[in-house]
Amino acid sequence: MPTRTVAVGSASGLHARPAKLFVEAAAAAPVKVTIRVGDRKPVPAKSMLGVLALGAKQGTEVILEADGDGAEEALNGLAALLARDLDASDA
Amino acid sequence: MPEVVSLSGIGVCAGIAAGPLLRIADVPALPPVGVFDSSEAEIDRAFVALGEVVADLSRRADRATDATVAEVLRAEAMMADDEALRDAVREHVADGADAVHAVDRAFGAYREMFLDAGGYLAERVADLDDLRNRAVAVLLDLPMPGVPHPGYPFVLAARDLAPADTADLDPAYVKALVTEVGGPTSHTAILARALGLPAVVACPGVLGIADGTLVLVDGAAGRVDAGIDEAAAQAATRDAAQLAAAASTLTGPGQTSDGYGIKLLANVGSAKNVPAADEVHAEGVGLFRTELLFLDRTQEPGLDEQIAAYRDVFTAMSGRRVVIRTLDAGADKPLPFLNQEGEPNPALGVRGLRIARQRPEVLATQLAAIAEARSQTGADVWVMAPMVSTLAEATTFAAAVRDAGLPKAGVMIEVPAAALRAADLLQVVDFLSIGTNDLSQYTFAADRMCGALADLLDPWQPALLQLIGICGDAGRAVDKPVGVCGEAAADPGLAPVLVGLGVTSLSMSPRALPAVRAALAGVSEEECRRLARLAVAAPDAVEARKLVL
Repeated sequence: MPTRTVAVGSASGLHARPAKLFVEAAAAAPVKVTIRVGDRKPVPAKSMLGVLALGAKQGTEVILEADGDGAEEALNGLAALLARDLDASDA
Repeated sequence: MPEVVSLSGIGVCAGIAAGPLLRIADVPALPPVGVFDSSEAEIDRAFVALGEVVADLSRRADRATDATVAEVLRAEAMMADDEALRDAVREHVADGADAVHAVDRAFGAYREMFLDAGGYLAERVADLDDLRNRAVAVLLDLPMPGVPHPGYPFVLAARDLAPADTADLDPAYVKALVTEVGGPTSHTAILARALGLPAVVACPGVLGIADGTLVLVDGAAGRVDAGIDEAAAQAATRDAAQLAAAASTLTGPGQTSDGYGIKLLANVGSAKNVPAADEVHAEGVGLFRTELLFLDRTQEPGLDEQIAAYRDVFTAMSGRRVVIRTLDAGADKPLPFLNQEGEPNPALGVRGLRIARQRPEVLATQLAAIAEARSQTGADVWVMAPMVSTLAEATTFAAAVRDAGLPKAGVMIEVPAAALRAADLLQVVDFLSIGTNDLSQYTFAADRMCGALADLLDPWQPALLQLIGICGDAGRAVDKPVGVCGEAAADPGLAPVLVGLGVTSLSMSPRALPAVRAALAGVSEEECRRLARLAVAAPDAVEARKLVL
């Protein structure tokens, strides 16, 4: 299954605003994407509660997985988003 | 006269207010698990309730005038509108739970995960509980729990406040906030400051006070007096109003009743804060935090960008003093570009000036930018370093400041070692500035973020005052300025004590400045010295307060 491992780039971690932006992007993806930390259970990337409960901090490596048409593209986009510092952008 | 009970917590927004205490509507109790015919209908009921909660939050977000409030409400709505949560509800119904219990259990699972994660997430548990309570209330056909609207002024008490509660606060009626749990970074604290409401958090026992009991809230001291009589409540309200009125008419330089001058300065993070400082006639900036420019960054801001940011503040403060602090990163303010992951104990790690040991170029660039910005403007620029412990560090820093062409070098006193050696430090620097928050933390070996140790972090602790006194004496001996720029500087009751200890300037958030100016105008310098001796000699913080106030 297509997979991406990426370190969270946002200064505050995957919380608050960065989590909101990530979840919104995952919900808009054409495939079902999951996210997990290490060997823990994967959660749907479009679940705000699940993503928050990962407790991922800045620098925490998270693993994204998806399958199906457009999975590679969706993962590339989401991985790039996670790697950015979403606290910094005004967009 | 009724017996007055004093409760203590962590004051997170200064100010005094009195009024009847009212609690947030009780959380609906769960009935026994009901019997139902159709799982599908039960799941539908639960989803409809969650949908109503989401719709309600979205409506409030649309109505909210404050952008911060709107954003937190939207984030809460996203948490309630969650596919994984709905899946969990479906599973619980399949296991025999009715809609109410399924919702309760689904939220409960996330609650545990948030608590286990600790830190930031543990403080978000209040958000989860709020969502759960709202959904449960809808299912039980009860009003959603929230802030009471009695139609008269009151003090609001709660276990903790959720964003959805605080969004409903009308400062015309809500005079103060007190919560049983929470910390300095909880929503209650953040929103109290945004609304300028006196607030005390982590105040055990507040929910044991009966609704309608008259209470007095001192948001600077972190104290709640319950059971005061009507006259005392009125007096406190009148005093607070008079103080505010007197303070706002009193302008000009800070001074004691006999004309002894104390510079009253503002803490700022960027030029955006300067109008608020001007509004209260601040004589300058006593703490220009430069972290803001660095905080959101994965790379160090360049020389030109730094020059522009510093120039903005220097220009706005033209002709006045601006004490700029070099980068204070680390511990509670880790910066991505410094790559400080992995320190076992960041508060005792490479932070503040210590970063220059590993990354001297960061400090060099910053000093160059400050020097260039100064040369383009007319501000009286002083530069100080955070987290200095030794004479050698102070000497090296002062040399770097002067090499950059800057006229005034100082150090912050945040480490007891530096306070004890204040006289030595003043041989090589031009001024000292005491950061009382960190000095408390390191003197009492008590984490600033730890609500359970709030009593140790009380700025009235005599040991802390004694260290401040050592610095004050050192300053008097060589006639060099000694400022305070921590929370303690914003406490009007403590201001005369600090002046008596030899402090020559107080720097605070602009909102606190008028009350401090008024407090100093009411005492002579001799009286300040007497109060300082009393406070330092007191056995503990509580006694120190009693002796002085």
